[in-house]
Amino acid sequence: MPKTLFEKIWDSHVVAEEKNGPSLLYIDRHLVHEVTSPQAFEGLRLNKRKVRRPDLTIATEDHNVPTSDRSLPIVDQISSIQIKTLEKNCKDFGIQLFGIGSPNQGIVHVIGPQLGITLPGSTIVCGDSHTSTQGAFGALAFGIGTSEVEHVLATQTLWMEKLKPFEIKVEGKRKNPFAVTAKDIILSIIKRIGTAGGTGTVIEYRGQTISDLTIEQRMTICNMSIEAGARAGLIAPDEKTFDYLRGKKFTPKNFEDLVDDWQENLKTDPNAKFDKTFSLDAKEIAPQVSWGTNPAMVSDVTERVPFPEDFAKDDLNQKKAAEKALEYMGLKPGTPISDIYVDRVFIGSCTNARLEDLVEASKIVKGKKVSPKVRAMVVPGSQMVKKQAEEMGIDKIFKDANFEWRESGCSMCLGMNPDILGPGERCASTSNRNFEGRQGAGGRTHLVSPVMAAAVAIKGHFVDVREMDVS
Amino acid sequence: MEKFHKVKSIVTPFDKVNVDTDQIVPKQFLKLIHKTGFGKYLFYNWRFNKNETPNPDFILNNPKYKDSKILVTRGNFGCGSSREHAIWALQDYGFSVIIAPSFADIFYSNCFKNGFLAIILDSETVDRLLQIQTEIEVDLKTQTIKTYTEAIPFQIDDYKKHNLLEGLDEIAMTLKYENKISEYEKKSTISSLL
Repeated sequence: MPKTLFEKIWDSHVVAEEKNGPSLLYIDRHLVHEVTSPQAFEGLRLNKRKVRRPDLTIATEDHNVPTSDRSLPIVDQISSIQIKTLEKNCKDFGIQLFGIGSPNQGIVHVIGPQLGITLPGSTIVCGDSHTSTQGAFGALAFGIGTSEVEHVLATQTLWMEKLKPFEIKVEGKRKNPFAVTAKDIILSIIKRIGTAGGTGTVIEYRGQTISDLTIEQRMTICNMSIEAGARAGLIAPDEKTFDYLRGKKFTPKNFEDLVDDWQENLKTDPNAKFDKTFSLDAKEIAPQVSWGTNPAMVSDVTERVPFPEDFAKDDLNQKKAAEKALEYMGLKPGTPISDIYVDRVFIGSCTNARLEDLVEASKIVKGKKVSPKVRAMVVPGSQMVKKQAEEMGIDKIFKDANFEWRESGCSMCLGMNPDILGPGERCASTSNRNFEGRQGAGGRTHLVSPVMAAAVAIKGHFVDVREMDVS
Repeated sequence: MEKFHKVKSIVTPFDKVNVDTDQIVPKQFLKLIHKTGFGKYLFYNWRFNKNETPNPDFILNNPKYKDSKILVTRGNFGCGSSREHAIWALQDYGFSVIIAPSFADIFYSNCFKNGFLAIILDSETVDRLLQIQTEIEVDLKTQTIKTYTEAIPFQIDDYKKHNLLEGLDEIAMTLKYENKISEYEKKSTISSLL
């Protein structure tokens, strides 16, 4: 029977099956960070259990770490305790840790691919919903809770109900691929299918537009699968995928043999059945800006803030949610999106803090200055991204324009470290969630692409980035 | 994990759609390294004013619902991050059952790992439960919710039901598959990271 890519990866990892119940799935790669792991290690200790496969497990510190001077101690004592707890746990259980001070430290979903930990056809988990990012390599990668982190540490397996394959097809050429980015594609998809559109599924992104994207752009797409409610998103691997992984720290020695196998097997068979299908024409996509408090509340930059009544015909709950969102966001219906001014700009996060993101944003910034009313920061996704960008002189472009150039981590995507918005502050952010208080209690988040964020920093308000000068 | 049988209490009607985990437990409380004591942070930004006094308009601050063990809410509850702290907070606060038309995947899975019963019902039934002022009884064994006027059946897969009823340690159960896991590992070609 023809199978989808997801089904092939799933089937090849089933260790056992319960009758009328879940499957026991083998996990090839387990990434660990400081926030969702302490209680899992505590559970192992209480039950006198070991980590079954430390050689398939990697840890880093990303959520809590300050992005200021790394030579200074962490001021927040509770953060500091959580970080020290991870360091002790890794030492006690024999797990390799790329902590603060390591040249390999960074956001877990950024360092996985950069170090060649991520491999096509593998199963990858992490106590973090944005693990879906790594599906860009044709892996089945998804987030898990802390109990499941403990379960994988102890058994290297996971009980799971089989998810359903969901095909999202994007065809056609974007009219302006510099200004209409991978971020705009995924925001457009979420706007159309909703934040629960993918619940219970694994999305496979297909079509010419997806094939044309670079690997880092594909990561942006897969990253936000969870914002559409899907547990994972994936894209069949191709030559670009293999090129990206060649020569990395953990690239397997028999990589070229593996490539032959992946080329032959890691694709959806013709006539394979998806449970759901959605199609989008890339020509229709404009630069996107979120106006509300969930990632489906998004408009084209050329549109106006919507009226809650517009949603009433679909669902009364959606109308109520839109009213509440606009109140929280301090926005009047009918206001042109381009008339919204911001206080802060954040370029960072596992969605958009890789080298290409920073390079593209710098093309807008070069030779200009950040608006005097805006505080703008760039937080590279990893120490490696930071170093590569500095070698290219990208840091200088941002610093000359008065952007802050900071150390790597999750930073203001979720504000667990000191990088937060103040109450009422409005931010153009390249991150993935615009939930109430996400970037700081009372903070107002507008999700955008890196080039849009850069343009907003310069102009002080949202602009049609298709009309900006680019160096 | 404690065994789950029946729960009887009044319902807390939580009439909101798409409640994300950032609302259930805000990030500043994720820095703790134990599972206990999260109840005081549940819905923190909605439950408390800026000066940390209780917000009288927020439903959990209504004394009527003080002893409620059953939260009834709308679709896509628990969307967003994978934080299991969301369930630890709901449980520590006093809830043991949550009912909604749909849940986000990771949240739903996390519930059952903690002996916390999540029930999916159609929107019309949820609408009715949101209005009920009297006690209801949730019986897992018979998969029934009893109100004064009706008995509502609910679906749950056998595996989850069994684990909840028996209060099973899932890891201990999985370790019984040791032979199968070892067999799989012998065939696996995944490369080491050491």
